[in-house]
Amino acid sequence: MTPLLSVEGVTKRFGGLQALTQVTFDLPEGQIMGLIGPNGAGKTTLFNCINGVYAPEVGRVRFIGEDVTASKTYAMAKRGLARTHQIVQPLEELTVRENVIAGACFGRENHSLSSAHDIAEEVMEFVRLDGRADQLAASLNIAQKKRLEMARALAARPYLLLLDEVLAGLNPSEIGAMVDIVKKIRDRGITIIMIEHVMKAVMNVSDRMIVLDYGQQIAEGTPEEIANNPQVIEAYLGDPELAKKLMGEE
Amino acid sequence: MKNWRNHLGLIVPLLVVVGLALWPALTDSVSNRENAFTILKAIALASSLNILLGYTGYVSFGHIVFFGFGGYVGLYFLNEQGWSIWTSLVIAGISSGVLAYLLGKAILRLRGAYFALATIGINEAVKAFVNNFDLFGGPIGMTLNFKVYKEYGGAAEALSMAFYIMAGLAIAAIIVSYLVRISKFGLGLLAIRENEDAAEVMGVVAPNAKTWAYVLSAIIPGMVGVLFFFKNGNVEPHGAFPLHASIELLVMVMLGGQGTVLGPILGAFAYQGMRGYLVTSDFFKDIQLSVSGAILLIIVLFIPAGAVGWLRHRFAPLRRILP
Amino acid sequence: MQELSLLLASLPDGVLLGFVYGVAAMGLTLIWGVMDVINLAHGPIISLGMFGTFFIFIKMGINPYLGLIPIAILGLLLGVVIYFVAVHRIINAPHLSSLLATFSVNMIIIGLATAALTTSPYNVDFNMGSFDLGFTTILGTRLIAAIIAILVTGGLYFFLYKTRPGKYVRAVTNNRAAAELMGVPSTRILALSFGLGTMLAAISGALIATFFPFSILSGGHYELKSFVIGVLGGLGNPVGALYGGLILGVLEGIIPAFMETSWVPVIEFGLFVVILLVRPNGLFGAKE
Repeated sequence: MTPLLSVEGVTKRFGGLQALTQVTFDLPEGQIMGLIGPNGAGKTTLFNCINGVYAPEVGRVRFIGEDVTASKTYAMAKRGLARTHQIVQPLEELTVRENVIAGACFGRENHSLSSAHDIAEEVMEFVRLDGRADQLAASLNIAQKKRLEMARALAARPYLLLLDEVLAGLNPSEIGAMVDIVKKIRDRGITIIMIEHVMKAVMNVSDRMIVLDYGQQIAEGTPEEIANNPQVIEAYLGDPELAKKLMGEE
Repeated sequence: MKNWRNHLGLIVPLLVVVGLALWPALTDSVSNRENAFTILKAIALASSLNILLGYTGYVSFGHIVFFGFGGYVGLYFLNEQGWSIWTSLVIAGISSGVLAYLLGKAILRLRGAYFALATIGINEAVKAFVNNFDLFGGPIGMTLNFKVYKEYGGAAEALSMAFYIMAGLAIAAIIVSYLVRISKFGLGLLAIRENEDAAEVMGVVAPNAKTWAYVLSAIIPGMVGVLFFFKNGNVEPHGAFPLHASIELLVMVMLGGQGTVLGPILGAFAYQGMRGYLVTSDFFKDIQLSVSGAILLIIVLFIPAGAVGWLRHRFAPLRRILP
Repeated sequence: MQELSLLLASLPDGVLLGFVYGVAAMGLTLIWGVMDVINLAHGPIISLGMFGTFFIFIKMGINPYLGLIPIAILGLLLGVVIYFVAVHRIINAPHLSSLLATFSVNMIIIGLATAALTTSPYNVDFNMGSFDLGFTTILGTRLIAAIIAILVTGGLYFFLYKTRPGKYVRAVTNNRAAAELMGVPSTRILALSFGLGTMLAAISGALIATFFPFSILSGGHYELKSFVIGVLGGLGNPVGALYGGLILGVLEGIIPAFMETSWVPVIEFGLFVVILLVRPNGLFGAKE
């Protein structure tokens, strides 16, 4: 079975800064993969290399078996890749509904306005923004904007969804709600890569995890393996006891 | 037509323009016709510019170049090659569209102020080029052979016909503006305006969308150009590519509300009306430019969304009829 | 061979004019560099500088070069006023707002000036003799203006790099938020910078008045040149503006040797668009 996504030896430099070095992994369909690492480790840069914002200096990216290295972002969207951003990017002067319709219209399935309308209804209900359908995106709070960004990505019915810190800035109950949404997305058959700093949440929801530090892949495995990996603990978690606490505190 | 409620956004602007077109005939006044002609011309130009400025968010300071270039090409064929006004209109629109396509491929990858500067540079470059182009009469331009009017029944008939054609162009501009606004293509443009990078991540093929927006925004101005020069009886470089007129278009779109269908129309009305008043008033005649400038400044500082934009923000139910 | 002699004859004049164009462009590029605003009132302010020389020399009989001092001060003050009235409120808004705001100031100035002065040409007949170089003659007015332009450039450099306010200006240019955190009074510095930009515009206008006849609309012509020079030299780069001015001056001197003078604008604006496309950071590097 060809993996949905194949990242092979991806290396990215910005002038003198080595942002990513030889990142390599395969992602089978239907998994949730957690991507963690300290700030500045290169996680968002990796997303950018996958979805076409940057072209890696070295390495290949394969999506559904095809080489998509250095494709344009809109080409990747048409192939079935959707993403959310660390700093939310809503279309401010459009309504929630228009934002989500846009997601459905220009994504993989290339819907007309009318069928996009129906998809938008369903997706807004799924993320519980249906009550705010006709509000301007600019008027939402940060948690709602994050759900909007998620809804816009889902409306495109992607094969692969890249989530960049969807939990950042949320309070504990909002986090719980968002994690539920992520699980339900996976249940629909969408493959997910999640960049996260909220350790407890991402470790509980991921099937597999990859850890980056200074652009290098320092560990790969199940959440349990990662939590017990000494390199990871040293680079990131800091306190060895913390890992045990987090895993035990399920 | 039980769907008509859904299309109020088109019907209201159309009624305004039709009213304006009928007004001179109803009042049997030639001076009213002249005023109405100027306003209809402004409506056609402003609505077209709105496709690029209001929907796509790309600020063109030199949009008048399409008016001038299309006008020149059209008048050349009309005057020197003996084409009829109808085919001249078509060639004017096509040539402006082609110019926009070629220019767009080059400059649409610039953003913000750089794009605005490039459009100014292009307007000046085309003006300077036409000034040297002997086929178009160089610095003297072209003067319409008076006998051309005879083909349309004489000067008076020709001018009257020109008026109704201009009304037709204004109506066409509004219809195009509306159709773009409610279409999937238009949604893509709005997404580009709000956040071009995010729009591309969503799958909007921005380079193509922007190019077509630019082309669409150029065609009618080209036709307006040839019609205007036909009516005026001549064209010369300085009057064909007036930079200040380009800026006035921007003011009209901003004043009424960029990105809405009705906005540019109201803006054109208000601006032309104000100019008309200022020019005839003894007191304001000399400083009319200053008054316009002061009004523009107040709008930019305090009501940047323009009249229609402000209404849309304030009264959500109005959004349906003021798209 | 005839072209060559024609070329040599017009080259020095072009270079000297280029210095003055450079000062004009410096005004525009400085404001852009410091606050990301393109001052579309640049043209009318140049015109006001021209009229300043007219009034000082013709009406008051004072030497135009001495007159530069009050013109410079008035130009500075005018810029500060324009900043607070039209620009400050929208300093962080999208570019369109500042473009339109400064353009409205342009309209206001032109309207008032047209009412007061009409659009007919004015002339400052000021003779400083000429120098015969054998292959060409150099007018004294040109030479002095170029020298003054160089002095002004030096003064600007000194201000930016050797004085405290100048350091603040550079800090705000680099990173306004960080500068504010370090205690730089950014609003006052922005107003000062805008004023410096308009001051340079006024000075350049005052000098140009000693060359050619002018009207209130003449400034627009030099405003367009300033755009071209600013982009050539790299927007935000004052020294680049000076080099850009020289390049443009030289081009204007050389081109008429090979083709009709009326082609000069075509080449100028064509070059403008090409640079925007190929090297938008200009030949000497724009502000990052």
